[in-house]
Amino acid sequence: MKFIDEYQNSELAKGLAREIANHSTKPIRLMEFCGGHTHAIMRYGIRQLVPRTVEMRSGPGCPVCVTATSDLDKAIALAQLPGIIITTFGDMIRVPGSYSTLQQAKAEGADVRVVYSTLDALEIAKANPKRSVVFIGIGFETTAPTIAASITKAYQETVENFYVLSLLKLTPPVMRALLNLGEVKLDGIIGPGHVSVIIGSSPYEFIPKNHNIAFAISGFEALDILLCIDKLVRQIESGHPKVEIAYSRGVRPEGNAKALELMNEAFEVDDANWRGIGVVSQSGLKINEKYRRFDAEKAFAALLRFSPSDEPASESKGCRCGDILRGVATPLECKLFGGLCTAEHPVGPCMVSSEGACAAYCQYESPRDSENFGGRI
Amino acid sequence: MCLAIPVRVVSIEGDEAEAEIGGVKRRVSIVLTPEVRVGDYVLLHTGYAIGVVDEAEAEETLKLLEEIARLSEVHR
Amino acid sequence: MSDAILLAHGSGGRLSHELVKAKLLPFLANPMLNRLDDSAIFEANGRLSFTTDSYVVNPIFFPGGDIGKLAVCGTVNDLSMSGSKPAYLSLSLIIEEGFSLGELDLILQSVKTSAEEAEVIIITGDTKVVNRGQADKLFINTSGIGIIPDGVDISGANARAGDKVILSGTVGDHGIAVMTQREGLKFSVPVESDCTPLNKLVAQMLQVSTKIHCLRDPTRGGLATTLNEFAQQSNVGIIVEEDRIPIAEGVRAACELLGFDPVYVANEGKLVAIVEPDDADRILATMKENPYGRNAAIIGRITNDYAGKLIMKTKLGSSRIVDMLTGELLPRIC
Repeated sequence: MKFIDEYQNSELAKGLAREIANHSTKPIRLMEFCGGHTHAIMRYGIRQLVPRTVEMRSGPGCPVCVTATSDLDKAIALAQLPGIIITTFGDMIRVPGSYSTLQQAKAEGADVRVVYSTLDALEIAKANPKRSVVFIGIGFETTAPTIAASITKAYQETVENFYVLSLLKLTPPVMRALLNLGEVKLDGIIGPGHVSVIIGSSPYEFIPKNHNIAFAISGFEALDILLCIDKLVRQIESGHPKVEIAYSRGVRPEGNAKALELMNEAFEVDDANWRGIGVVSQSGLKINEKYRRFDAEKAFAALLRFSPSDEPASESKGCRCGDILRGVATPLECKLFGGLCTAEHPVGPCMVSSEGACAAYCQYESPRDSENFGGRI
Repeated sequence: MCLAIPVRVVSIEGDEAEAEIGGVKRRVSIVLTPEVRVGDYVLLHTGYAIGVVDEAEAEETLKLLEEIARLSEVHR
Repeated sequence: MSDAILLAHGSGGRLSHELVKAKLLPFLANPMLNRLDDSAIFEANGRLSFTTDSYVVNPIFFPGGDIGKLAVCGTVNDLSMSGSKPAYLSLSLIIEEGFSLGELDLILQSVKTSAEEAEVIIITGDTKVVNRGQADKLFINTSGIGIIPDGVDISGANARAGDKVILSGTVGDHGIAVMTQREGLKFSVPVESDCTPLNKLVAQMLQVSTKIHCLRDPTRGGLATTLNEFAQQSNVGIIVEEDRIPIAEGVRAACELLGFDPVYVANEGKLVAIVEPDDADRILATMKENPYGRNAAIIGRITNDYAGKLIMKTKLGSSRIVDMLTGELLPRIC
């Protein structure tokens, strides 16, 4: 498959691995922001290909993991209203809110349908004119323009029964908040590749400027991630952090103007509640005045049995998802990991979501982390 | 946030296109990439093309990686 | 007769008998079934195997097959995986009121064709009809009886260090063919379900070797789940080379688009064999001569290290532990 297979070439991977080892003289800590990167790093065993001087930590870039419990509760409450069809990406189905999951609601009779695209959700709305179709809008800037496009399309085509629950979040503000918290010392950040296709590279300038942290935007194939790590190591070793694009076939410095225009058309920036972090100012997207009639939260506020509140419910005792999302701890350091919290019986969102750090660790555990490791295979 | 796959644009009709990868086909929206042409590769995320793949840059990157592989062997 | 199934068709009265005579027997007739007694009677010598499975696939018609074909092949294959020669099947239908008789014909034709190919006969059956909304169109249960030849001892607990792991063909065809036809996930794919009876392939393998330790068909949960089962049952480690796993391009592409790992996607016409190393090449060659084994490959080996675990070696030289599938396969956006 073009633009995928070439970036999995094992000879070139070995070359990059050697290159990184040649240049890395001191221990450094890198954070990959994006859940897709957490997944890819595990899938390709990147940790085994880089020298032990390079430590890697996962960040809060899993849109499902950072959805506030109260927001999940809203989605589940909507699902339980009569006549509603909930359409959602697959990632959301099993994540626990305060008292249930969308999957549980479905088992109890709610009409919850997994879709690949908002286009499918719109089709469902058109095919069921007497029902209200609510799309659960999770995601970051990669997904935001697609959801904006579905709202403007519904507006143009006067689809009366389509609604979106906007739980969209923004990347640079949460990075700012995390770095300002200063809980974990980072030397470099592996930047989210597809978010950056939309927003470009300039929104990240504050990272090297204000925090002296190296930054490079990475693609998702093995060679992309290794190339990104190589660039970060060089920046760190030279003492000159900056913003670099290590995914030039996808990311332009100016981003995607049309996509940004559509986001501005349908949304306005608002404060948002991040699970494990709390309220981060100006870090989320709400549907704006012009398109308010598509806002599920407004449309169904009167019917929901509780008033939507921003108060975060408490996490289960011992769950360290918050710490893991902020890079303060790794899944292995959570006492529940592998014991009370497993992929089969997840406690927190990091284990449920397929790109959550804990799920990735479970699914793709490296033999090096396992007690059995006795040497190279 | 992240799962976007490079697919080839086979035909365009208005703000939709037929895209293909490995023989798998799907109708996709190109409202976010109105400049796209038939034969281009786009990054497909949840049914929308979010960006056009820059093939020249892709080539450059591979050349760079080949250079790195060659040089790192020498410097070991 | 009406053109849809009515509740009365399942009540045991005249309409039920009409249904059997006019619809079922024409497809399934054989001397044992034709007697239409409450139970079928047969004689058998030696060790017998017995299995049962229910089929609730949605949609019931998919590229490469339908629920009828699946119901026969699935049970034939379960029997084959113990090394048995499948002999007799039962066929139970639970039909939703209003189900199209035209569609029932198509499914029964599939049952007939598959049974003929597998050389099994359906000797007993049952039909029930439930109210509209109480069954998703059609559910089928088949149970099967097979005869195990002397000397054959195949079990998930028999794997030993040094054994080789052979996979009979491409992974993920069935799961992708079915899932991409569902509302909300529709893609046009050049992929058909691999639904197939494997008993002849197994018989040919058993003919050339007595050193086959384990056999299983990786259905729900995919290759990774089956290999984990073997690893746990035999208390061994299994190391698989990821780039040796055969996969059709369309399946690989669909998995990339939906965010699936192909080793977790269901198969309905593939088997995994764990065999002694000396016989591996010979068994592989025999498999490749069978159309259902033409893409067979040795994909890994058994070790005493990492007992109970499946290790996947990437072509980049790294490796990772791959667990069983948990929950269901869901498309992801991240």
